[in-house]
Amino acid sequence: MELLSLLFLLFAAVALTAAVLVLLSRNPVHSVLFMLLTFVNVAAMFVLLQAEFIAVIQILVYSGAILVLFLFVVMLLAGGERPLPVLNQPLQAPAAVIVGLVLVSELVLVVLTSTVGGGRKGPDTPERIAAVGGNIEALGRQLYTTWLLPFEIASVLLLVAAVGAIYLAKEDL
Amino acid sequence: MTPPLEWYLTFSAALFTIGLVGVLVRRHVLVIFMSVELMLNACNVALVAFGRHLDTLAGQNFVVFVVTVAAAEAAVGLGIILALARHKDTVDVGEMDMLKQ
Repeated sequence: MELLSLLFLLFAAVALTAAVLVLLSRNPVHSVLFMLLTFVNVAAMFVLLQAEFIAVIQILVYSGAILVLFLFVVMLLAGGERPLPVLNQPLQAPAAVIVGLVLVSELVLVVLTSTVGGGRKGPDTPERIAAVGGNIEALGRQLYTTWLLPFEIASVLLLVAAVGAIYLAKEDL
Repeated sequence: MTPPLEWYLTFSAALFTIGLVGVLVRRHVLVIFMSVELMLNACNVALVAFGRHLDTLAGQNFVVFVVTVAAAEAAVGLGIILALARHKDTVDVGEMDMLKQ
């Protein structure tokens, strides 16, 4: 088996194991750190897919910003030391695992039996991307031409979210 | 030669399911929120894998917007969690039932 497939299997195994450990950890700080491991491995997978810019923003935004935000909130929350029982109801865990197994088997069945590989090919072949100057240049050109209006709307969304977060974090809400 | 598309989609399905089971099983409000982020990340993997397979950058452009929305959602969601925890003095979603009363 060639190197890239082996690397994929390694990243996938570590990411899935860490994702399961996110759920099994009693301490939320451990959950956040296991989630960091998952996100870094998913970023490595994006590099395998030749999506370098996505890999970088995965590290910067998810691992850097969002997880640090989670860690701060874990620190600020009252009653963080008191460990909660993991389960809500006695029947809830088996039922959830059964639902999960049904869902994952359905998804894998669809992936393996349907013609997901079909479809019309787009214009952005690896040669075209290399001719523009690489993944980041090609993505930037599309983001600022084809996707300019969604890009501006996303910036307004971030502004609204920042204002909302500041309002919600006020002491006397 | 890169791994086939099916491998990425299977990985994405597994990661999404782990996130779903996390939302259903855990009662710590932060861990539930983290599971939602896991599901968003699973969708990102599928989008980038499809984009790579179909020779288009649209998938990666979508992921840029998904990450933006995830960041906004994390900021507002964690603000709500902080306000809720200050109001109710608990992180157990089973006790957050103000709408029922």
